[in-house]
Amino acid sequence: MDKVSTITGIGVPLRRANVDTDQIIPAEFLKRVTKTGFDDALFERWRHDPDFILNTEPFSRGTVLVAGLDFGTGSSREHAVWALWDFGFRAVIAPRFGDIFRGNSGKQGLLTAVVPEDVVEQIWAELDAIPGTEVTVDLEARTVTCGSVTSAFEIDDYTRWRLMEGLDDIGLTLRHESDIDGFESRRESWRPTTLPAR
Amino acid sequence: MNAATNRPRTLAEKVWDDHLVVKGENGEPDLIYIDLHLVHEVTSPQAFDGLRQAGRPVRRPDLTIATEDHNTPTLNIGAQIADPISRTQIDALRTNAKEFGIRLHSLGDIEQGIVHVVGPQLGLTMPGITVVCGDSHTSTHGAFGAMAFGIGTSEVEHVLATQTLPLPPFKTMAVTVNGHLRDGVTAKDIILAVIAKIGTGGGQGYVLEYRGSAIRELSMEGRMTICNMSIEAGARAGMVAPDETTFAYLKGRTHAPEGDDWDAAVAYWKTLPTDDDAVFDAEVVLDGDLLEPFVTWGTNPGQGVALSESVPNPANIADSNERESAERALEYMDLTAGTPMKDIRVDQVFMGSCTNSRIEDLRAFASVIKGKKLADGVKLMVVPGSARVRLEAEAEGINTIVTEFGGEWRFAGCSMCLGMNPDKLQPGERCASTSNRNFEGRQGAGGRTHLVSPLVAAATAIRGTLSSPWDVE
Ligand code: SF4
Repeated sequence: MDKVSTITGIGVPLRRANVDTDQIIPAEFLKRVTKTGFDDALFERWRHDPDFILNTEPFSRGTVLVAGLDFGTGSSREHAVWALWDFGFRAVIAPRFGDIFRGNSGKQGLLTAVVPEDVVEQIWAELDAIPGTEVTVDLEARTVTCGSVTSAFEIDDYTRWRLMEGLDDIGLTLRHESDIDGFESRRESWRPTTLPAR
Repeated sequence: MNAATNRPRTLAEKVWDDHLVVKGENGEPDLIYIDLHLVHEVTSPQAFDGLRQAGRPVRRPDLTIATEDHNTPTLNIGAQIADPISRTQIDALRTNAKEFGIRLHSLGDIEQGIVHVVGPQLGLTMPGITVVCGDSHTSTHGAFGAMAFGIGTSEVEHVLATQTLPLPPFKTMAVTVNGHLRDGVTAKDIILAVIAKIGTGGGQGYVLEYRGSAIRELSMEGRMTICNMSIEAGARAGMVAPDETTFAYLKGRTHAPEGDDWDAAVAYWKTLPTDDDAVFDAEVVLDGDLLEPFVTWGTNPGQGVALSESVPNPANIADSNERESAERALEYMDLTAGTPMKDIRVDQVFMGSCTNSRIEDLRAFASVIKGKKLADGVKLMVVPGSARVRLEAEAEGINTIVTEFGGEWRFAGCSMCLGMNPDKLQPGERCASTSNRNFEGRQGAGGRTHLVSPLVAAATAIRGTLSSPWDVE
């Protein structure tokens, strides 16, 4: 995972609330067995509409998605994050995210910034006024900037640190391997095991 | 185990404390040990790929079990799977299970089925354990007093490699359902009413604990239905404290503890219920006496009403986000505000999914349709949650009841819950479904879903319009 400090790119206003992960990537794409190649699947149901924002210039080159309340709720599919990532998005700004989606984003290195609803409205206004306006998400300063709008954003300290250090989850955990060994040595015998099948 | 503390604690806090490997400091999450990892073909291939690339083994194959469910056909299961992509995912799981030494129940195997039906059925799901799976409805297993949650594919890889997960702390919410359910009102109606009350974001950050007399009176199957849909309220997990109902369900199952282990386990399980003076961060109270059969009208599970009511008018919704979402939902669902819910005709009835496909659900459904005829122009598909449930139902003659009624009796799997296999709605088709998600296109592109209980599904299949079990004698 690469280190992240500041992301700057074309902002895409997605003026919808409750965009669940079924909308971000429909279930039929979950059948793939690779981690890449999901860019065409992003918002697939809406992409058939030539007027859908990602089908229009300059938004097809967008890297910062600015969405409404409750983005990424629903199914836990991490493919939603991969699809956003493959399309080119490196940050998503919204007033609230689905928990699992937000967790998945951090693991991929996709930054999710929570800002108040009125700030999202202001950013949408800036992006509508001048399509192609860039949005900057500064992870170090925890600020979002777009045109004349600047706002602090929320992200938990741990995810921020990991993104900034570009740390892989498993490596981090395996620093505690002796603690895991110790825990296992105390684990009671009534707890379930799956092998062998009796 | 860990964390001796005298502070009064909730069920969720006790289970959490007993799985603490490393306490997170300075805002770091806690490192939590995972007792049971359930795996299926959709969310695991990339995780195994990740392990392979990093040269890492599966740390505890003996705490891991896999089944094929999301993609599997429910007809002609002996034939090669027609869809090449479904086949690829299933082949990938078979290859990975073999390479990494994981027990797998493949299509055709007696233990194959929906992952959330298989775990409890084998007795692997038990009180006081932690359960994860790359599937949001892992919350189902909380019905046993386990801490169970859905994870993403990266976390699947993490658990495979380390048998632990770094997890942020949670808040607790008591969902208390007092009173007693009337005949015809079920666990599904409770959870649909809870979600309609607190909203699809209402449980966010919380572990819900379902309490109260109406919950205590539920069977394990009913408790699983409720915990299953906790995720639809946005919650991290849902739990029910273990009691005699739980122990009786577990006793004698293949993987349940035996002998001294059983006694030790039960003694521990009895310490798990929330302490009397423990404090929840939030509480919601429902009156079980007043609940009616429920149904959704919209495109998220919070958009529901009692069946006796009408399609709501978005103009009466104060919150602008909710109002817009309701307007869009009515357009997608092709419904007009003010229409009595019971006037809505359906094209299909789907009886299945990890919410309602256990033997008790099938029995309830069959009891209503027995000796009746399927409404003209309506299709009915009944899909048991697992191969074992299917056999059990067949032994009781439920398959015959379904086919004589005019419905289709299928092989086990997720089926039309999410339309990854050939079982899909056609664009514009309307379905009364016992599953858990009514999102746009969930059951097939353009399909329209009304979430209901097995009893409502049965009554609807008889009358052809959304109906309450109170409408059929
Ligand atoms: S039945 Fe539906 S909700 Fe349950 S695991 Fe399968 S796809 Fe998911």
